[in-house]
Amino acid sequence: MNLNMTLIGELIAFIVFVIFCMKYVWPPIIGAIEARQAVIADGLAASDRAAKDLELAQEKATAQLKDAKAQAAGIVEAAKKREAQIIEEAAVKAQAEKEKILASGHAEIDTERNQAREELRQQVAVLSVAGAEKILERSIDAAAHSDILDKLVAEL
Amino acid sequence: MASGAEITSQEYIKHHLQNLTVGEGFWALHIDTLGWSIFLGLVFILSFRAVAKKATTGVPGKWQCAVEMIVEFVDDSVKSTFHGKNPVIAPLALTIFVWVLLMNAMDWVPVDLIPRIFELFGVHYMKAVPTTDPNMTFALALGVFVLIIYYSIKVKGVGGFIKELTTQPFGHWSLYPVNFILEMVTLLARPLSLALRLFGNLYAGELIFLLIATIGLFQLPVHFLWAAFHLLVIPLQAFIFMMLTILYLSLAHEDH
Repeated sequence: MNLNMTLIGELIAFIVFVIFCMKYVWPPIIGAIEARQAVIADGLAASDRAAKDLELAQEKATAQLKDAKAQAAGIVEAAKKREAQIIEEAAVKAQAEKEKILASGHAEIDTERNQAREELRQQVAVLSVAGAEKILERSIDAAAHSDILDKLVAEL
Repeated sequence: MASGAEITSQEYIKHHLQNLTVGEGFWALHIDTLGWSIFLGLVFILSFRAVAKKATTGVPGKWQCAVEMIVEFVDDSVKSTFHGKNPVIAPLALTIFVWVLLMNAMDWVPVDLIPRIFELFGVHYMKAVPTTDPNMTFALALGVFVLIIYYSIKVKGVGGFIKELTTQPFGHWSLYPVNFILEMVTLLARPLSLALRLFGNLYAGELIFLLIATIGLFQLPVHFLWAAFHLLVIPLQAFIFMMLTILYLSLAHEDH
């Protein structure tokens, strides 16, 4: 063991190295490490948040889908109701139309029948007079016997 | 072995354990120890400084990753032992760990390689492992010792430090001198054990390497085994030196 000035020299070198390390080496490196740790921690937190957001969005989408389905079912239901209503209304209208047409037909028939009857009645009167004239071979005063003829016509 | 002349293995080992010295007695300087340690210290400080200068918080390069692994390892070691705020301890621990590791790692270089190269330039003594020189290890331990005293006084005050040295383990005033002797032994044993442990381990390792180098052809497998064993010894000794430094400084910060 021969301790000598080398010790002092090494001590100085040691002190210089430690001071340099303390000033220029340690702080930037540990700073970079800690900054990166913070960045990584932030990233992990963000990914956690994103996962939660996704879950929330999925829940929302499911709810919306359910809503839409219910709405669609409601619309279909209403449409069916409306369809039935329209059919019913149409049936009622058709019925009414039918009845109107029938009534007008009946009325027409009645009018024509009355007309025909009136015509017939008048022709019967004329024919009767003509027949009677032929029978009597004489001119009969139509005016004098019109009351009889009228009675006859009324009996027809 | 040394070129040309026949020499005994004892001479060979003695030759290899001789420092390249300038000057006499206490004023002597071991040029090889100083040169290699400062060279390795510069390797450490400059390579780490290169990372520190362009340290990115984004995706780090491979070299930055390697440096950050070491820095984080040291930082974890400091945080697990020392629970205070001190801007010196962590960089100190990093410097000690990497520097001692690099100096110890010189042990892996074949014992004859560096001396042979220097012999070509007419330098006859070259001890390339600085930690096998007690001057080196005592310089480190002394630096740590000064910091222990400094922080003991800074944290506890001069009175508190003297009180710590005298009032325990025995509480009675008549036993204070005994306490003082015991505590002084404890205090002085710290740097002494730090320096001697590192020196002893590396010196012994180097000595065995030299012994192995004298046994002829069979030295190759044996040398390999001993070098493989040093995969354990070299980082372990660097780690122990760092860990004990942190521990002693954290004890210095403890106020009873």
